[in-house]
Amino acid sequence: MRKLLFQSLLQKSLTEPPPLPEDAALAQLAQSVNRAAMQRLGRSLSIREVDAGSCNGCELEIHALGNAFYDLERFGLRFVASPRHADVLLVTGPVTKNMREALERTYRATPDPKWVVAMGDCAIDCGVFAGSYACAGPVSAVIPVDLRISGCPPAPIDILKGLLALLAQTSAS
Amino acid sequence: MGFVAALQEHGKPVAGHRPWPRVDGDEDLWRQAVLGLAAGEATLLGLWSDGQAVHLALAEEAACEPLVLSLAVRCGRFPSVAHTHAPAMRLERALRDLYGLEVDGSPDLRRWLDHGRWGLRAPLGRQQNSDVGGDTYTFRTAEGPPLHQIPVGPVHAGIIEPGHFRFTANGETVVRLEERLGYVHKGIDRLMGGAPIARAARLAGRVSGDSTVAYALAFARAVEAAQGNVPPPRAIWLRALMAELERLANHLGDIGAICNDASFSLIHAHCSILREQVLRVASACFGHRLMMDCIVPGGVAVDVASDRIPLLRTLVRTIGRRFPELVELYDNTASLQNRTVTTGILRAELARQYGAGGFVGRASGRAHDARKSPGYPPYTMLAFDVPTRSAGDVDARVWVRIEEVRQSLALIEQIVDRLPAGATLSAGQGGEDKEGMALVEGFRGDVLCWLRLTGDTVTCCHLRDPSWFQWPLLEAAVEGNIVADFPLCNKSFNCSYSGHDL
Repeated sequence: MRKLLFQSLLQKSLTEPPPLPEDAALAQLAQSVNRAAMQRLGRSLSIREVDAGSCNGCELEIHALGNAFYDLERFGLRFVASPRHADVLLVTGPVTKNMREALERTYRATPDPKWVVAMGDCAIDCGVFAGSYACAGPVSAVIPVDLRISGCPPAPIDILKGLLALLAQTSAS
Repeated sequence: MGFVAALQEHGKPVAGHRPWPRVDGDEDLWRQAVLGLAAGEATLLGLWSDGQAVHLALAEEAACEPLVLSLAVRCGRFPSVAHTHAPAMRLERALRDLYGLEVDGSPDLRRWLDHGRWGLRAPLGRQQNSDVGGDTYTFRTAEGPPLHQIPVGPVHAGIIEPGHFRFTANGETVVRLEERLGYVHKGIDRLMGGAPIARAARLAGRVSGDSTVAYALAFARAVEAAQGNVPPPRAIWLRALMAELERLANHLGDIGAICNDASFSLIHAHCSILREQVLRVASACFGHRLMMDCIVPGGVAVDVASDRIPLLRTLVRTIGRRFPELVELYDNTASLQNRTVTTGILRAELARQYGAGGFVGRASGRAHDARKSPGYPPYTMLAFDVPTRSAGDVDARVWVRIEEVRQSLALIEQIVDRLPAGATLSAGQGGEDKEGMALVEGFRGDVLCWLRLTGDTVTCCHLRDPSWFQWPLLEAAVEGNIVADFPLCNKSFNCSYSGHDL
C-alpha cells in the first residue's frame, strides 16, 4: 500500500481542468434560482440522486464523476445519502408508474430551496420508453424540473457542465 | 439418450425456429421437463410467453445445446414450473402479471412486477383497467420476540437502482432477507411487440445499461439466426472486442466498488481510473463510452479506424501493468480480507440448481460460460479460460472478476492482433414468419434473447437477464450475515434491477 501511495504522490495529478458551465444550462436556470437562496447556499451543493426508472446507464456516468479525472467534490458538489440533506435532486430515467410515488415522496422530503435536474434523454422525454403503459412520463410530468441535461447517457463532462451551471447560478450574488 | 434429447424426440418440432430446436408438447411432456429440471437433469434457461403458449428453455450442463419446449395455453392456464422447480418462481409470477395467465399449483400468488400502479392488469393479455392506488404486499414473516424488521428502499442511500429489501434481523444478524423488485419496470416486452427491427435493437440496448453491448449482441444474434443472416467476419470480431471492453470496464468498476463497500477506498480510486481509461478508449474507437447502439442486426454500426488500434494496445499494456499492483494490495490487506473472506457464502448446490451465471455461479463452482457453450464466433477461435472458485464468498466473487479481467485483456490483445479487414454490415432478408434465439455472455452472466419476426417487424421478443436467477440467491447468501455486510454481499452479486424488471 505504501508503494502505491508513494507513487501517487510523485505522479502528476490526473484531474482535468474544469469545463465552462454550459450557456444553455445557464439560460435555463436564470429563472429558477433566486438571490436569497443563492446567499444561503454559498458555493456548495448537496445532490441526492434518484433513479426513477433508468436502465442504469446514467448511474454509471454519475459514478464516473467521482473518479480522479472529474473529481466532482473539488467544486463543492457532493452526493448525499438522504433527500433531507439535499439541495438538488438529480433524477434519471423515464418515471415508471411503480416509482412515481417514491419520487414524489423524495421531492417532498427535500427541504427548500431545492432544484431538480432531469438527467438523460429518458428523464427529459422518456426516450425509447415513450408511450409505455408502465411509464408515468418524463420527470417534469411528476415534479417541477429546473435543468435538463440531455444524452443517452450524458457523458460525465456534460453532466459536470450542467452541474457547474447550477453552481454558478446559485452562488452568484 | 440424454434427457433433453428425449424431450425433443417426444415433442412436435416447430419449423422456422433457429438455431436451436423448439418443440410443441402436451402437459405430460411439460411435467416431465419440469421434473427433470428439479432432478438436476437440465438447467432452466428461461420461461416466457407470447400469449398463445408458454415457452420453457432448458439445456443440459455438459453439452449446452438448448431446447425450447412450448405448451399451448388452455383457457388461460398452464401448470406451474415453480411448484416443483423453485428457480422458475419469479419468472412465473411475472408471466401472471404481464399476460394474466393463471398458474395451476403455483406456490406463490403474490404479484411481482405489477405493483397495482399501471392502471391496467395483464398489459400483454386481457388489458383490464384497474386503479393506480398500489397493491399491498405481504412479506414473508419470521416471528419471535427478539426479531425486528428493517425496510430498505426503493430509494437507496447510494447511487444505485431502486428496489426494496426487507430484512428480518435478530440483533445484528440477518435471519431473512426478502426482495421486492419491479420498481423500474418499463414495459419493454410490450414496446417490443410490433416494433421495427431497428427500433427494437435500440430498446434491447437499454434493458440494462451496464450490459448494453451484451444485450445488443444477443438481440442481433437472435435476429440473424431467424433470418439466416451471417455478419461479415470483421463485424463478428469487433463485436467481441466491444463485449470484452464492456466486461473489463464493469469488472474494474465492481472490484473497486466492492472494496469501497468494505471501506477501503484506495483500490476503488485506482480501479475507477482504470475503468475511466477503458471507457475513453471505447469512446475513441466506437464513438460512445458505453458502446450503445454500436452493435446492430447484421453487423456493427461503427468501424474502428486503423489509427485507433494503438490506443487499444496501450490500454491493455497500461492495465496489464497497473492492475497487478492493485491485486497484490487486495490480497495483502488483512482488514479488507477480514470483510470479504467467508462473507455471503453461496452454496454450490444452490448455484447449480438456479443455473447461476457469471461470477456468482463461477465463484461457487459452476463453470458455465455462454462463450464456450453453446459458444459463438469468434470465441470458438480464441484462447481463454473460464476461472472458477469453490468458496462461494464475497472474496471468491472478487477473485473470479480479477481472473476475468486478465482473460479479457488477453482476449482484447488476440482480437486486435487478428482483426480481419472488410465489410462490417450484411443486410438481412425479411419474408415469412421466423423465430430466432441467442445466448450471449454478458459480464454478469448469460443473456437470453428469443424473438419472432414478421418481415422487418418484431412481433414478440423476450430478453432474460442473468439476474433473474441471481437475485433469489442473494437472499440465501445473506442469511446469517450481519446487516452491515449486506451492501458488500449485494455489490459482490451486482444484480441488475433494470434488466430484471424489464
